[in-house]
Amino acid sequence: MPFLHGITLLLVFQLVGEVLVHLARLPLPGPVLGMALLFVALILRRGLPDALNGAASNLLGHLSLLFVPAGVGVMLHFDKLADDWLAIGLALLLGSLITLGLTALLMQWLLRWQR
Amino acid sequence: MEQIWVYLAASPLFGLTATLVAYSLGHWLYVRCGSTPLLHPVLTAVALLILLLKLGDISYNSYFDGAQFVHFLLGPATVALAVPLYLQLERLRKLWLPILISLIFGVLLGALSALGIARWLGAGLETQLSLAPKSVTTPVAMGIAEAIGGLPSLTAVLVVTTGIIGAVLGNGLFRLLRIRDDSVKGVAMGVAAHGIGTARAFQLSQQMGAFSGLAMALSALASALILPGLIDLLYAFLVPASPG
Repeated sequence: MPFLHGITLLLVFQLVGEVLVHLARLPLPGPVLGMALLFVALILRRGLPDALNGAASNLLGHLSLLFVPAGVGVMLHFDKLADDWLAIGLALLLGSLITLGLTALLMQWLLRWQR
Repeated sequence: MEQIWVYLAASPLFGLTATLVAYSLGHWLYVRCGSTPLLHPVLTAVALLILLLKLGDISYNSYFDGAQFVHFLLGPATVALAVPLYLQLERLRKLWLPILISLIFGVLLGALSALGIARWLGAGLETQLSLAPKSVTTPVAMGIAEAIGGLPSLTAVLVVTTGIIGAVLGNGLFRLLRIRDDSVKGVAMGVAAHGIGTARAFQLSQQMGAFSGLAMALSALASALILPGLIDLLYAFLVPASPG
């Protein structure tokens, strides 16, 4: 039963997140609010139930698999990619290098400043 | 034979099974080739499935009838990110200010650099908007893309590609910039290259992996809060000014 309890808990938090986002018209995906609520709940509870830990690490251990169906959807956008391949390629490559490098440099500087 | 194929191709069982088999093959190939991030199992699986759908003349929609059972789990997986976040609570308490500042900076830079470069090189509006959440973990990125008018399925592919770029080039870049602190490397990796970068960070060191996972989860939250409003605002000014 532990896996079932864990996954049930995750689904309940997702459902609460989705409902609140819908009711309050928040600009957030429901599961993200669910994550934030679960994080707060764990802090208040001061402990991680084994069942939840098991279900979460199982699910996150196979996270890559979950991206596959959406990734196959790229076949619907081949035209767009062919039109914009250079812009997309450089935006991904340069954008990622700039973000990785500058974020690391900033945090390194902040850590020195904090000490 | 033909009849069996027609029946199977139209049943949800096909999309689900094909997804799991293609991913297993992709994972086998990845491990076989020394876990090089270049052969990320998602890339192999997506390529195999597209080939299969094209050869079998099956539409994406009928494939997705089955694959949605896997896709659906992205929601609970996002909620599950609270767990690694909670496990890092002690470190988070000590370093919260540098992490928070770097994180917000990284989230903004990740989105704006991609938008700026794509816009400068003349990409279409939908492409630009699909690029904005490229550094965010897929389930959240797709939600953001939908909210700002991008194409969620295009975003999913851009996110995976971004993660692979970060995983392949990240450590070399850190060496070049002489960044040695694993907590610093981890935060940058998690912000810029989400889950795929985090998987790579765990190969390099436990501490780098933990900080990367933390940064990924927090930046997903920050991105979901900041990006839709910011991009709406940005494009409200930009778009009418530039025709097309």
